[in-house]
Amino acid sequence: MANEVNENAPANSLDMVPVYIMGKLYYVPPGSTIMGALEYAGYQIKRGAGCREGFCGACATVYRTPDSYKIQYGLACQTVVMPDMYLAQIPFFPAVKKTYDIDELEPNDEVLSNIYPEINRCVGCNTCTKSCPQELDVMDYIQAALRGEIEKVAHLSFDCIMCGLCAARCPAEIVHYNVGILARRLYGKYLVKKGEYLPKRLSELKDGKFDKPMKEIMGLSREELIKRYYDREINFKIA
Amino acid sequence: MYPDYMLESIRMVEKTRPKRLEIAQAGLQIFEPMNEAEREDILTRFHPDYTPDARREIRVGPNKGDNITSKVVDNLEAHSRIDPNKFDLTKPDYDTDVLIIGGGGGGCMAAIWAIKHGANVIISQKLRLGDSNSMMSQGGMQASVNPHDDPIIHYLDVMGGGHFDNKPELVEALTMDASMIADWLQELGVMWDREEDGNLSTKAGGGTSRRRMLSARDYTGADIMRNLRDEVKNHPDKIDVLEFSPAVELILDENGRCAGAVLYNLETEEYFVVRAKATIMSTGGFGRLHIKGFATTNHYGATADGLVMAYRAGAKLLYMDSVQYHPTGAVFPEQILGFLITEKVRGLGGQPVNRNGELFVFPLEPRDVEASNFIRECTEREKGVKTPTGKVGIWLDSPIIDLINGEGTIKNALPAMVRQFHRFDIDITKEPMLVYPTLHYQNGGIEINADGSSTIPGLYAAGEVSGGVHGRNRLMGNSVLDYNVFGRRTGINAAEYAKTVKLGKLTLEHISKYEKEVNGIDIPKNVISPMLLPDYIPPEVRKRQLTKNDEGILF
Repeated sequence: MANEVNENAPANSLDMVPVYIMGKLYYVPPGSTIMGALEYAGYQIKRGAGCREGFCGACATVYRTPDSYKIQYGLACQTVVMPDMYLAQIPFFPAVKKTYDIDELEPNDEVLSNIYPEINRCVGCNTCTKSCPQELDVMDYIQAALRGEIEKVAHLSFDCIMCGLCAARCPAEIVHYNVGILARRLYGKYLVKKGEYLPKRLSELKDGKFDKPMKEIMGLSREELIKRYYDREINFKIA
Repeated sequence: MYPDYMLESIRMVEKTRPKRLEIAQAGLQIFEPMNEAEREDILTRFHPDYTPDARREIRVGPNKGDNITSKVVDNLEAHSRIDPNKFDLTKPDYDTDVLIIGGGGGGCMAAIWAIKHGANVIISQKLRLGDSNSMMSQGGMQASVNPHDDPIIHYLDVMGGGHFDNKPELVEALTMDASMIADWLQELGVMWDREEDGNLSTKAGGGTSRRRMLSARDYTGADIMRNLRDEVKNHPDKIDVLEFSPAVELILDENGRCAGAVLYNLETEEYFVVRAKATIMSTGGFGRLHIKGFATTNHYGATADGLVMAYRAGAKLLYMDSVQYHPTGAVFPEQILGFLITEKVRGLGGQPVNRNGELFVFPLEPRDVEASNFIRECTEREKGVKTPTGKVGIWLDSPIIDLINGEGTIKNALPAMVRQFHRFDIDITKEPMLVYPTLHYQNGGIEINADGSSTIPGLYAAGEVSGGVHGRNRLMGNSVLDYNVFGRRTGINAAEYAKTVKLGKLTLEHISKYEKEVNGIDIPKNVISPMLLPDYIPPEVRKRQLTKNDEGILF
């Protein structure tokens, strides 16, 4: 009944694919992800595996193919192996993360470059953008950070999974993803336009508006509760 | 890219789409939600929990005699990784007020609130801080923030979804705290989706009766987790984060209180003793046990560690006979088998249809009911679509979302899904996704009270590892809410408890006692738990690994 899991099962068992894992040759099933290939080769991954679905940034990997001088980047869980690929995983290495009290910060033009002054060293080489497995415009958001455009940084960096590949490659030693999270926090907390519903609900809760009805429904018998549940109105139109 | 024969089935989906769109736009349903009898019928006939070998009786520990999910029993009826006699508990390597085991969403939330209440904290984390299922949740968090919704309606939805087995005081906590949590996260910096007037954008979810799902595109969990992690890292003076150092056993004191844990450094393979006045278990769930052979949406580290540790120490488990299969796991391509396709797809109007393009179920049933309908469609009715490798699934018609909500909705609301499929040359704004239920969530767990305390004094539990909040089936968006609500509550209560408790002599006697029970049922010596990491090394390679240290693997 289940679609049986076999993390290493090839999509189809054609010829095996030769890959070089940290210099050593292994043959792995075609269609494997880099992560699947590592495990197929016999690695018990400790560092370098996380969510395995492209959300956590634990499995940043660099690789080369024989026909190109280029270093390429990808998430091991999301990148399918190619013949003669030469690969190594990058452990999550130390990067500067400043500490701050978000409640005390002012969301002004200077705050990003005050906390992370090294963004001023950006030489505009665009290597960060080229190394991003999420295909974000990383350099653009660092440039926006330099201009103090918090909102723009927040939106451009929103899909960041903080894998660290940008920082690994940056000649100016900027830690882009930490600039991004700071901007998003400032934007979400201070700059975004907020509505009336939530504060109203909070004051209703504070006034105890729901305390009595809650006790009432908690006191229902199982039968009464079941009846009320199946009789309830389902309405996705109204807010 | 879909092979030709699958494209033929997609043509049928496209053919029925205009009519389905017309009905949806009129606010009508082709299928109404199932009633009580219909739900029970489909669950008992098609839900994997009801198959003959799904559960078996556990022979050891506090729940002895109960029927529990078989794979969970395998992990509970197992030897400890440690020999208790090898530890000198009089000289702890670390001493703290609050030990938090598991640095995902619940653990980070607990840490932030524990230090607000004056505690010093150690977080023991198996992988990196934030590596967790919390990071992966896509769809959203439930909170009754809208005027025509309220905590009472939310309560009723949660109880019905859980088959009325939920502990009422936990559901009260969950639903009454929700709006406060939404606000607190907003003040932390979470970028909730919003309407133009600034109000929080709300979506429908399976088993809910109002639009109540708050989201941050389809990176909701990631955005919350990134914020919580950043905040934890802002307090290095009060929170000591030990990464790649999972806990493997709890330590008690001579009076039966929880008094810390034994940690294992994954890399140097050393063990360390942490003495703590209070301990919070927030290790998450069990997806990597691959129950009944199912692929899983879960994180690499979701191996039921917390259940095992707490159970050996004497904590009672609740509803461990119930497993959540998310209706929409990816089936094609093979590389993303079992990956989560967020319920937000259906919340936005996406429809599950069979290989003939026919809708066959109300799209927003609670997850167990929806998943069972998908399984029936693929098995008894044989109306699923087979993949080239013999897997089966039904279509999740995503392109209809843009037709209902306007061009660009999918790109904007589901960027992670678009990206995921784009990597394999599938454009979900134009083509549907093939889906089948996938192992997703541990409905039960360590029994807790509304303050997050367990049946062991000094041991608290928050999030997926705990049991009782969701009864026997969790609704979408309530796990993110759960770990925030109970992460906060356990953080506060553990910190306050730590101020008053005076620990006695530390002991691992409970491990020796449990070991005797396990020996009594003749479990082979190489069966150990917690497993810590799943094993995906092929057997023929494993056979050659003659001297490999396999601690961390459950054979």
